[in-house]
Amino acid sequence: MSLSRRDFMKATAAASAASAAGIVLPASASNLITAKDQTALKWDKAPCRFCGTGCSINVATKDGKVVATHGDMKSPVNKGLNCVKGYFLSKIMYGKDRLTKPLLRMKDGKYDKNGDFTPISWDMAFDIMADKAKQTLKEKGPKGLGMFGSGQWTVMEGYAAVKLMKAGFRSNNIDPNARHCMASAVGGFMRTFGIDEPMGCYDDFEHADAFVLWGSNMAEMHPILWTRITDRRLSSPHVKVNVLSTYTHRSFDLADSGMIFTPQTDLAILNFIANYIISNGHVNKDFVNKHTNFRMGDTDIGYGLRDEHELQKKAKNPNSGKSKPISFDEYAKFVSTYTAESVSELSGVPVKQLIDLAKTYADPKTKVMSLWTMGFNQHTRGVWANNLVYNIHLLTGKISTPGNSPFSLTGQPSACGTAREVGTFSHRLPADMVVKNKEHRDYAEKIWKLPEGTIPAKPGYHAVVQNRKLKDGELNFYWVQCNNNMQAGPNVNEEAMPGYRNPKNFIVVSDPYPTVSAQAADLILPTAMWVEKEGAYGNAERRTQTWYQQVEAPGEARSDMWQVVEFSKRFNIEEVWPAELLDAMPEHKGKTMYQVLFENGNVNKYGLDEVPEDRLNHEAREFGFYIQKGLFEEYAAFGRDHGHDLAPYDRYHKERGLRWPVVDGKETQWRFKEGSDPYAKPGSDYDFYGKKDGKAVIFALPYEPPAESPDEEFDMWLCTGRVIEHWHTGSMTQRVPELFKSMPDALVYMHPDDAKARNMRRGDEVKISSRRGEIITRVETRGRNKTPKGLVFVPFFDASRLVNKLTLDATDPLSKQTDFKKCAVKIEKV
Amino acid sequence: MKNYIIVLIIALLSTAVSAEKISKLRDGEILENIKPQRIPMVINNDKKLQRNYPMQPPIIPHKIRGYQINKNVNKCMSCHSRTRVSESQATMISVTHYMNRDGNFLAEISPRRYFCNQCHVTQQDTKAPVKNTFVDMHTLISNSAKEE
Repeated sequence: MSLSRRDFMKATAAASAASAAGIVLPASASNLITAKDQTALKWDKAPCRFCGTGCSINVATKDGKVVATHGDMKSPVNKGLNCVKGYFLSKIMYGKDRLTKPLLRMKDGKYDKNGDFTPISWDMAFDIMADKAKQTLKEKGPKGLGMFGSGQWTVMEGYAAVKLMKAGFRSNNIDPNARHCMASAVGGFMRTFGIDEPMGCYDDFEHADAFVLWGSNMAEMHPILWTRITDRRLSSPHVKVNVLSTYTHRSFDLADSGMIFTPQTDLAILNFIANYIISNGHVNKDFVNKHTNFRMGDTDIGYGLRDEHELQKKAKNPNSGKSKPISFDEYAKFVSTYTAESVSELSGVPVKQLIDLAKTYADPKTKVMSLWTMGFNQHTRGVWANNLVYNIHLLTGKISTPGNSPFSLTGQPSACGTAREVGTFSHRLPADMVVKNKEHRDYAEKIWKLPEGTIPAKPGYHAVVQNRKLKDGELNFYWVQCNNNMQAGPNVNEEAMPGYRNPKNFIVVSDPYPTVSAQAADLILPTAMWVEKEGAYGNAERRTQTWYQQVEAPGEARSDMWQVVEFSKRFNIEEVWPAELLDAMPEHKGKTMYQVLFENGNVNKYGLDEVPEDRLNHEAREFGFYIQKGLFEEYAAFGRDHGHDLAPYDRYHKERGLRWPVVDGKETQWRFKEGSDPYAKPGSDYDFYGKKDGKAVIFALPYEPPAESPDEEFDMWLCTGRVIEHWHTGSMTQRVPELFKSMPDALVYMHPDDAKARNMRRGDEVKISSRRGEIITRVETRGRNKTPKGLVFVPFFDASRLVNKLTLDATDPLSKQTDFKKCAVKIEKV
Repeated sequence: MKNYIIVLIIALLSTAVSAEKISKLRDGEILENIKPQRIPMVINNDKKLQRNYPMQPPIIPHKIRGYQINKNVNKCMSCHSRTRVSESQATMISVTHYMNRDGNFLAEISPRRYFCNQCHVTQQDTKAPVKNTFVDMHTLISNSAKEE
């Protein structure tokens, strides 16, 4: 049924004739509505729901619905742009299968681990949760409880969850999915600088003369930052772009030098660059002498597998992050074995390209920005890789000044703001503090008005260990919020599924949609998302952004924050704390956990009169105070005057975000540099104040092989990752028809010769198997990712093809982050 | 009344969903391997699709296999640039594409908009498994006009 333009005009002529004849038609009969009371849209701002870039979005609502979104011209991050996902934000909340009621597995009217999902009330949901948690507390104590959260939690949600777990239940078994995403980046920052998060900022993009991508496909995963690099490269022809990866991807389209290296050999390339800088006399001696120390790290540290695993038993120094001081000369000697020739042979990168890359760093006149994401972080030596890239920036003094910037990109919208800054990790507290440190615990207990000794000193179970402990039946009450770990976590077959379905365990999953994780749960809680609640996110350049609630959540869906806080009402403090602890602060006796944690004079400090009247936010009205502000302000107390200063909450509603530390009302662009960072001591020039002596550390760390490499049977490398159209596991973007149809299936991207050798052609159905499991998919030989021979790529967005059945749960022994980029598989025609 | 109660009970019972049916993006148990559909063809009918809202980047209604977009060539612009549309009868890129970060117009496409595939995607000839209930603003205002 297609009309030509002429037919179309005839058909619409009648309406025009009527109006030309002066006949007054009702508004509905006119072909255009122009009255401003009807066409006006209500516009507001919110950070994007997806990646760590932190684009600001203008959101239009009408009649209680989001009707349009576009990039915010006023935001310095994206200046009016969005990627294709961002442009379709308007539709992510409207998938037809939104969850609107709690669902419990039931049989014969009772909870049954093998029952069918049955709608129940929130009251019943909290009843059974409280029952199961109390039973676990009785049997196992606090270590039997666990929570798995997210770098997509708002600041307030993550903060409320940390309080619930670490102070309320006194369990450190809380970890975010950010563990899979940037734990190695955190480890790198803490080890080299003693303080987390990038020193530079996005302004570096407009100042750099060269960009080096180390295992990051920014064209697809950080598209808006890629537009800034593209803008810089194409408008200033002297600028050069270098891209390193284990396969060719879209970022190579802009590369002046594209380099494919053998998996894991990035460590050797980094050491070669250091060697080149030293042996060619390009060390910035003044900078190195004043501002750095050299240390030699322990080696042969294992692969973060279960202790009984062969590889763990073989390691000489399993999980050791220890190091000892060395001299510059010892360091120079250490890297001297990494010559261009030997590293070229190991990595497969031609000698000339290696030398050109090294010159980029060595030339004092070239301002270099290094960028990395999962290629470095999801790496069994991820912390080392982060340390090694800082080495080359420190040797040359190319750091903390416009355009000289080692920049660790983050994956999730609030991986920095929530997971890292709030400290939702099993070993952390807000503002870079850690549970192991008595002073830090004291500090937290003081702000929270809790007795000394409330927070346990021992780090809890991290992401991968949580799944192992579920499987072993030691973690029995488990609450998953704002993530889909059954699809995103490693080794689903051997660890995650047996863990979730272990009859000893009760698994709660909070999500807006019925995800694969929800499918594996016992209780599913319907959850409000994005602009259905008020929140704050912190992006990769330390920019904190807030937003107001703009529409109501469907049905009985509630925010993660509401769920956490409401759940705390189900416990008397006597039920969760031992008597000795309570005796130290008897005023808490007889209170509920909710009263102790959230009606503590801080969180409930701001009245409803501060919630703008024209705003939604019925959750605050239900609690009776401006809870989002209270949580934010109590949290902010941790970082103020400690190098993590946040502005007053209300200011963020007026700004397109501010980069911390915000001191005297001003944000900070470049940290550690005197003049731009108020914390750098006068006269220091550079002050790496995260370390007591103000000096950053250059680490001597070697190349070590990966946990699993291809062999005769499993003869291919498997690398997993993302695509531009889908966010992580696709639970939001697969529900937007335009995004689904643009990229419906996770195919296996492989080299045409590898396909041919297996008698396969594009489109053939194939089985991919590893030592842990198998999946069925189809072959793509001419897609956007061009793999070298011997390596295949499979994205993880597709719920019907769970590539994480194949991956190995080997982690970096220091950061505990999984290596999703390397394991061995074989591929057979079905 | 009795019948009504029975109907109600049936209605309540039928709201329970088995685990393998709960996820609409996945048809089966988690450990099950699902047979993949054939790789769908890219829709290539050159028909413009209505946008969900004016600022939505238009969908590409044709195949783009083999189109080079790299630092040397941009195949899309050989039809969609201002100077080529009279010849190609393709849609001209939006005026916003000439604006730099500061909102000033340049003589050619802004390099920040250079990689078309960051916003514009093709569609494959397949069905989305989950419907989307997004309501077009035009529908909302037409409905409210009718109510008046």
